[in-house]
Amino acid sequence: MDFTFDSEQNDLREAVRGLLERAYSDSEVRRKVAATDPGFDEKTWSRLAEMGLLGLPFAEEHGGMGAGPIEVAIVAEEIGRVIAPEPFIEAVVLAGGLIAAVGTDEQKGELLAGVAEGTSVPAFAHAEIGTRWSTSASSVTATQAGESWTLSGVKEPVPNGARADVLVVSAVVDGGTGLFLVQGDAAGLTRTGYRTHDGTRAANVRFDGTPATLLGTGGDQTAAIERALAEARIAYSHEAIGAMDTALRTTAEYLKTRKQFGVTLNRFQALTFRAADMYVSLELARSTALWASMVQDAGGDVVSAADRARLQTSRAGRHIGKEAIQLHGGIGVTAEYSVGHYTSRLTAIDHLLGDGDFAAARLARTVADRETVDPLGAPYAV
Amino acid sequence: MRLQLSPELEAFREEMRTFFTTQVPQQIRDKVAGHGHVSKEEYVEAQRALNAAGLAVPHWPVEWGGRDWTPLQRHIWREEMQLANVPEPLAFNASMIGPVIAAFGNQEQKERFLAKTANLDIWWCQGFSEPDAGSDLASLRTTAVRDGDDWVVNGQKTWTTLGQHADWIFCLCRTDPTAEKKQRGISLLVFPMDTPGVTLRPIELIDGGFEVNEVFFEDVRVPAENLIGEENRGWDYAKFLLGNERVGIARIGSTKRMLAQAKEHAREITVDGRPLLEDPFMATRIAELENELVALELTALRVVANSADGKPHPASSVLKLRGSELQQAATELLVDIAGPLSVASFAEEGSDVPAWARVATPHYLNYRKVSIYGGSNEVQRTIIAGTILGL
Repeated sequence: MDFTFDSEQNDLREAVRGLLERAYSDSEVRRKVAATDPGFDEKTWSRLAEMGLLGLPFAEEHGGMGAGPIEVAIVAEEIGRVIAPEPFIEAVVLAGGLIAAVGTDEQKGELLAGVAEGTSVPAFAHAEIGTRWSTSASSVTATQAGESWTLSGVKEPVPNGARADVLVVSAVVDGGTGLFLVQGDAAGLTRTGYRTHDGTRAANVRFDGTPATLLGTGGDQTAAIERALAEARIAYSHEAIGAMDTALRTTAEYLKTRKQFGVTLNRFQALTFRAADMYVSLELARSTALWASMVQDAGGDVVSAADRARLQTSRAGRHIGKEAIQLHGGIGVTAEYSVGHYTSRLTAIDHLLGDGDFAAARLARTVADRETVDPLGAPYAV
Repeated sequence: MRLQLSPELEAFREEMRTFFTTQVPQQIRDKVAGHGHVSKEEYVEAQRALNAAGLAVPHWPVEWGGRDWTPLQRHIWREEMQLANVPEPLAFNASMIGPVIAAFGNQEQKERFLAKTANLDIWWCQGFSEPDAGSDLASLRTTAVRDGDDWVVNGQKTWTTLGQHADWIFCLCRTDPTAEKKQRGISLLVFPMDTPGVTLRPIELIDGGFEVNEVFFEDVRVPAENLIGEENRGWDYAKFLLGNERVGIARIGSTKRMLAQAKEHAREITVDGRPLLEDPFMATRIAELENELVALELTALRVVANSADGKPHPASSVLKLRGSELQQAATELLVDIAGPLSVASFAEEGSDVPAWARVATPHYLNYRKVSIYGGSNEVQRTIIAGTILGL
């Protein structure tokens, strides 16, 4: 049991932090980037690729770095620290992760190098209106004719769905949910992108007899989707930790400088105690997120570990996000000041792949099956 | 970053688990599990069983019975002890005065007290809080005035836990009322509870139990050799001692045990034809508490892994704050599961209410104390805001 980062991991953090702090030196830069499509900075994306970060979790033979979940966690946290809008988790961890987990060797060889180089930005088209946080598809269907497949139906919201050059799509097949690849310029594909409240982008993606290629060798991919979602939930937990950390530090700094009634706000215990509670929430969530990445690294039950991290970071994110604004006062609600953007991003993270209540309900279903929870024992450490 | 315990630590954990579940009398552990009244004799028997195996004071210097364990080993030792419902070594002895004497006492005092303290041959109680000195402990007013070879103590202490069992008291007294800072004029004296001039008045708590007392001192003569450390340095020793008090105060193993009991009882109660444990609201409430406890346990592991240099990790205040809240939440859960049975607190023979349900409410009421003692949660928030956030 060891909760410390090794020196290479510390170097990685320092390098990523340096790059992202240069790119987003203040919140106005992010605001400007978020104002125009594709909602992130293509140059920053290229720099992330040059540093090897966009291929971080992929095998070296596919152009990746062969790094583990801890390295992914470090990058995600640094992204959260400046709420960089670059879709690292969406494109690399989730869409890329599915290609790496399910794709044939040929597909991996063809696609992952492009992701790692920053030339290809894939998106996972999975959510459907009328269901939520499911591991299966229900309204988009796949039809086979000989060797070829076509898709029909609507996916929405698809994060970065309009910018993506290739879509990983879940669709109903005989016996479950299959995964497919659809090229951005495919016939019968209509994409309508829009800005989301947190400054990123999502899209309505409509398939109308759209040609698609089977990702992998077919069959029901529900388990692979569940696992990929779990890994992305863990990564989002780390992004949330980074964002909460900055929101708290910004708030503490504000309390020390803002004056009312002739004194700085940190003279009011009603405020400092609430900041202390934010710290408690943050550190408990941080421990859980780090642990979930260690469970993933150790090959333990990543799905349940992700639910635990999701639950803790969801509750903490709401607590810290709301309090950060309240302790600032009116300035916190403005788009001209940074802290409200952090709350907005935390809110988006909370809802993209499942919120705290969702995770709690899943953990509740198995509560009778265990006497106690041992985070260092089965099913987490194997 | 690595999740698994090393094979050595895994073996250590197994060794602790085996010892606690086989070498400490079952009937004492059942009593702890059932939140029943543990008698003085039972505390003594349990601590002597631990001490005989070198497991009562592993955190002391090796010379005096310590084991030179890592913080992580100590954490495992404590958690396994709580999981097995073993009464922990008396905190006043093992965590408080013992380490203070070992660190600041003279050789004669170490030889006189430490072995007996470890073995609970001497039962110590704590003379710190006073009616007008609670969280603001440095305002204490009990005085010790030098008279020849003695100190003469006058004043009053309160919240003296289990003072009714105590043989000796360690007592903070004001020895220099003229000191510029009130912290500077305090000394630490130790003396037997049967010294003439010492009287004890039990205080009944809202659970109907008697665990704290007021202690009054009227011209109590204490030999000068019973001063621990240097005169007027008592505040430093108190801070050292209270730092130790905070270690392990999160009581994660004990809360884990309570949640397991809650599930067991919720299985036995039927609501609308199915077990209460299957009610989605109840199951989610327990799942949330379990998750909070996982988060706390992992934070404790982070803290112990990073406090190898002896200094407490800044996040240790989180452990006290959240640990006490979760202990309280678990006791509240048990009352809620007991439902109407929870009023049968003082039922005796002739009642069919199970024992766990009878003790649920007194335990819940008693546990309001845990967010007050050991540095109240408001003190912890002050520490977090001040020393961590710089506010």
